[in-house]
Amino acid sequence: MKFRLSLARKGAKFVAGCVTAFVLSAPAAKSQDWFHLETNRGDSDRIRIAVADFKASSADPKTAPYKRTFDATLFNDLSNAGIFDMVSKAMNPQSMPGFQAELSIAQWSGAPGNASMVAFGNLTVQDNRLVVNGFLDDTHNTQFPQIFAKQYNEDGSDDSARQIAHRFADEIISRLGGGIPGIAETKIYYVKIGDGGKEIWEMDYDGANQHAITHLGSISLSPRVSPDNSRLAFSSLTHEGFEIKMYSLLLGRQVNFAGAGGTNVSPAWAPDGQHVAYSSSRGGDPDIWVSNADGSAAHKITSFRGPDVSPVWNPRTGAQIAWISGRSGLPQLYIMDADGSGVQRLTDGGYATSPSWSPNGQFVTFAWDRKYGPGAPGGQDIYVMEIASKKWIQLTHDGGRCDFPSWSPDGRHIVFANSPDGRGAHTRIMTMNADGSNKRALTSSGGDMPNWSWR
Amino acid sequence: MISIETKRQLTLPLAIAMALLSITGCHKKSAPLQPQNANAPAATTTAPTATITADPLVIELGQSVVLNWRTTDATAVSIDGIGQVNVNGTQTVSPSNSTNFHLVARGDGGTTDANVRVTVRVGTVPTAPAGTGGDGDMGSDAEFHANVQDVFFDYDSFDVRPDAQASVEAAARYLNAHPATKVTVGGYCDERGSAEYNLTLGENRANAAKTALVSAGVAATRVRTISYGKERQFCSEEDESCYQQNRRAQFQLDR
Repeated sequence: MKFRLSLARKGAKFVAGCVTAFVLSAPAAKSQDWFHLETNRGDSDRIRIAVADFKASSADPKTAPYKRTFDATLFNDLSNAGIFDMVSKAMNPQSMPGFQAELSIAQWSGAPGNASMVAFGNLTVQDNRLVVNGFLDDTHNTQFPQIFAKQYNEDGSDDSARQIAHRFADEIISRLGGGIPGIAETKIYYVKIGDGGKEIWEMDYDGANQHAITHLGSISLSPRVSPDNSRLAFSSLTHEGFEIKMYSLLLGRQVNFAGAGGTNVSPAWAPDGQHVAYSSSRGGDPDIWVSNADGSAAHKITSFRGPDVSPVWNPRTGAQIAWISGRSGLPQLYIMDADGSGVQRLTDGGYATSPSWSPNGQFVTFAWDRKYGPGAPGGQDIYVMEIASKKWIQLTHDGGRCDFPSWSPDGRHIVFANSPDGRGAHTRIMTMNADGSNKRALTSSGGDMPNWSWR
Repeated sequence: MISIETKRQLTLPLAIAMALLSITGCHKKSAPLQPQNANAPAATTTAPTATITADPLVIELGQSVVLNWRTTDATAVSIDGIGQVNVNGTQTVSPSNSTNFHLVARGDGGTTDANVRVTVRVGTVPTAPAGTGGDGDMGSDAEFHANVQDVFFDYDSFDVRPDAQASVEAAARYLNAHPATKVTVGGYCDERGSAEYNLTLGENRANAAKTALVSAGVAATRVRTISYGKERQFCSEEDESCYQQNRRAQFQLDR
């Protein structure tokens, strides 16, 4: 099941800016057959869900802090999912149900909350273990309201309270969101801008748990995590120039990737996890090369004078690659078959960079400055283009310089880098729903080049 | 290295000249005439006069100048930097920098100064200064940078501009005269645009500069390229003059 959001219905303020430009760019398109993003429902047909504060069922002093973390994380996860109409906690009934028998459905389904769904449960700390029982009820089914019950039992820590909340939220999102797995357990890899250089960092999808992966004391860029979350490919400055590096997230150290001369940047994983595409100038001119995941069997798939960079595979089919080429002047967005044949140009001008292919293979999001040049109006913003029709919409407006969009595995969110004043050092990481709504910062200044894990 | 070389060439003749002059100066002092002069009652109250001229007043670095001085009623004459000299005389000098020659004439009637300024223009330096050769010496950074100058690029372009051709040819001449020198070409971009694309653009710029050197006869194996994209910047202002500084191919000794 797909969530369909007719963007034309989404409200004049969002559409107004897009439509003018849209008509200019695609004169053949009719205004009524707007394309549907696999993203949010319209506000009217979102499921209204209430989340009860969980009941503390133990006297252990750690119960209260764990419960605070858990309650906040669960509410944020469901709110961030973008498919729910959240009932404000202020409208919840006074009673705090910990078990099915303690839930009075009428209290939740009636005014003022009018919830269709209720998530609730209890939380216990015992012998340094954190035990959480979570329930999801359908208030319209008064006879058999329970949709599911889950128990989680982990070593007690603030982090495990957060991770349990993520897993319970993902379970709810999967049940109520058409079977598409939630993203509360996904990670975002990014570049941390420090005093002495740039390192690769990792954080949870909601910006929590930010920590360093590399300590190379160099300039490391473009982290790309493998589809199975086992390895991280990135590019790092060495004495010989930028080289592709491979880091094992399981072994916690770098693993082999065959080096080559020239500038080697912007790695991308094939969905099979066996191949990597990247830009290499080992032949003198930067072209897109494809190799095995250890750098062996490298071969060139583009051959044109000028920069070719930032490849990304179609994650659905693995049969196509989108990338950026400067073969005709300013960088433009192109796609080709994975063997280098069937080249098509998708953008018609301006300065286009940093593509990311949607998980369903239908769209590509990228950064675009449509009127690039000294004194030109507008700036670099995030766009989504439907590949089949080449129709596009603009997702960011007047928020400063935006770059490096990366699609979440559920296709409902896009993480990107944003610099409010355009300065590189002030770049931070932001996330938004795939229709441009609900923008919020995940890091403070000093985060760049985010890459969302595949699952 | 250039200035040091030139100084070395200068100091030797100067030292000899100074040595000679001081000897003659001493000789004069101890001459038997001096007491007689001192005893002459009429001359004692007359103040000395002094003039000093230089020909030419402006030279290129490495050329020489003739200093000419005349004094009257002086018993001892000295020029700063040269020392004691004859009361009247000429001296050929080859200063490495613009210099004030300050003459002091001392006599029984007092002391008088005279000055002349010689301006030294540092013009284009010789492409292959003497003293360096293909004996494995890569030369100094200063010498290298004076001869091998960075190449600048237009916006979003990696074509070597016509105005950079002369400096590329000068660089190739220097490198061909110093066959042991190895070069790293760094490719740089201004801060606009996307980081990944700029890394490839910087690579293209470094390669274009390398190709220009190779076309001018420098062996390709002596030149290595590294792109820094916009990851390293020469300046950080948001204006075109700074952007232009950052759109470059930078040459450095590859040690």
